[in-house]
Amino acid sequence: MSQVIETIMHEVRESFIMALVALRVNKLRSILTLLGIAVGVFSIIGVMTGMGVLINSIESGLSQLGANTFQVQRMPNFRSGNPAERAKLRNISDGRLFTLDEYTSGKKVAILGTQVVKKIFPKIDPVGQSIRFDGEEYRVIGTIEPKGGILGGNMDNFIAIPLTTFFDEYGKDRDIHIMVEALSRETFDDCIEQVRGILRTARHVAPGVEDDFYYFSNDSMIEQFNDFIKYTRLGILLISTIALIAAGVGIMNIMLVSVTERTREIGIRKAIGAKKTNILAQFILEAVVLSELGGLIGILLGISAGNILAIVFEVRPVIPWDWVTIGFVACSLIGITFGVYPAWKASSLDPIESLRYE
Amino acid sequence: MNNSYVINLQQIKKIYDMGGAEEVQALRGVSVQIGKNEYVAIMGPSGSGKSTLMNIIGCLDTPTSGLYEFNSINVSEMNDNQLAKVRNKEIGFVFQTFNLLARSNALHNVELPLIYAGVSSAERKRLAHEALEHVGLGDRVHHKPNELSGGQRQRVAVARALVNRPSILLADEPTGNLDSKTGDEIMVLFEELHTQGNTIILVTHEEYIAEHAHRIIRLRDGMIEADEIVKNRKSITTE
Repeated sequence: MSQVIETIMHEVRESFIMALVALRVNKLRSILTLLGIAVGVFSIIGVMTGMGVLINSIESGLSQLGANTFQVQRMPNFRSGNPAERAKLRNISDGRLFTLDEYTSGKKVAILGTQVVKKIFPKIDPVGQSIRFDGEEYRVIGTIEPKGGILGGNMDNFIAIPLTTFFDEYGKDRDIHIMVEALSRETFDDCIEQVRGILRTARHVAPGVEDDFYYFSNDSMIEQFNDFIKYTRLGILLISTIALIAAGVGIMNIMLVSVTERTREIGIRKAIGAKKTNILAQFILEAVVLSELGGLIGILLGISAGNILAIVFEVRPVIPWDWVTIGFVACSLIGITFGVYPAWKASSLDPIESLRYE
Repeated sequence: MNNSYVINLQQIKKIYDMGGAEEVQALRGVSVQIGKNEYVAIMGPSGSGKSTLMNIIGCLDTPTSGLYEFNSINVSEMNDNQLAKVRNKEIGFVFQTFNLLARSNALHNVELPLIYAGVSSAERKRLAHEALEHVGLGDRVHHKPNELSGGQRQRVAVARALVNRPSILLADEPTGNLDSKTGDEIMVLFEELHTQGNTIILVTHEEYIAEHAHRIIRLRDGMIEADEIVKNRKSITTE
């Protein structure tokens, strides 16, 4: 048994080497053929890598919000408000948060994001200092620890003031987004329900009528984003599959030409002892190697292109291993599928006729 | 029946169906025995059936009827794969047009039969080197066919034919594409190979080439016209 496996391994290895030699001999033709495959694979891997980077960026951004936090707002939107509001639920790095008294009386106090601190107080401790904006003076009572960005934005570039102060200065007639943090993961769903109840009462929503406000959590936003990604993926997959099939037909075409051109070579090989299976294996492997090389180029280019996004958004680069694997398997399948017929044709040639072929 | 024959053909017939009722009888019952270390020439004008006979002896084709024993093994009913194996191990082909792989160097061309025989890479290289040295091309192993002269190409082909130590060397007009001087050189090589114990079957239509053999089988219209031992053998040696 091991003898048989050894023989098969030997034959595969030899066929592989023969295939490589044949492809090297017809360099230009091989490159043009594998280009088709490379483009198809490039589009898949490029998009999947880009998506991976986007997901990374968004997930790392959202998780800074805190796992047990959700947001309530009047209109449904995907943008989930501006990042400054999120910051309120983050940790104070220096000074303190607003007191209840400051809240209720609408004191002019402010908490600064690190980006603002860097700009206004690059040298000195901002706590206790005064700042002025929109014609009003505010006392800085604290700063908030830096969190970085989401999708290239910056979440540290903000100034937080008490809501009451905000209403006094800027008027009450505007949409606000409310961030709520549940005490724990276990009470998260209850918390949403409680907030819902309070808001329905406050907004006079009659029983049985749908909410006239919306809430989002990390999970629901990620879920929405994932939906979007799922359909984009499906679309790209469909288009790329068509591209790959077209490229496969190209491989088949070139293999058929190659078989006709090399009729004499096939005759020689058969005369000196090549079995049908040897010829079959040689030509199928040639198609597979062609396809895999195209795939490899497509994958390398795709990962590079997709990760340009990672540089833009300043998140860590992504290698979508699952899609890389799928890419290689698909290329093998294409090589085999479109290589079988030319290879079969080659292996079925009559040695006597082939040797006479000019 | 003497079992020591390398080749034993009994009443071999080959009929080509040309479509409809028309058929061509290429061989009409040929019986020949060839023993070990014989040097035989098969002669005949075109259409005599000598190519068909060579293809059958070379296991490239199977007879329509009749018995063909190769080293006492019946090969007349073998399938393609079994025939491929016999061709690989037992028969060394030398063709008129050399039939080397144009894009491979001499060494790789000679290695080819060993690849299909399943010989390991290192062993292959060693044997191929040895075979090329044997035909006087030890310094040309990395040359491609287009970098070699006609005579040298045919030597590579002979090395390839011999590398698997076959039972017979089957040469089809081996000097047909060579000028007479290089042709003679190849005939000298054959002479040496015969002296070293190889069995050689030469297919030719040229009398002066056939006369180097020890025995001439003449074909005409698919039958054996004559089967004779050469009395006044033209011994050929290097000058």
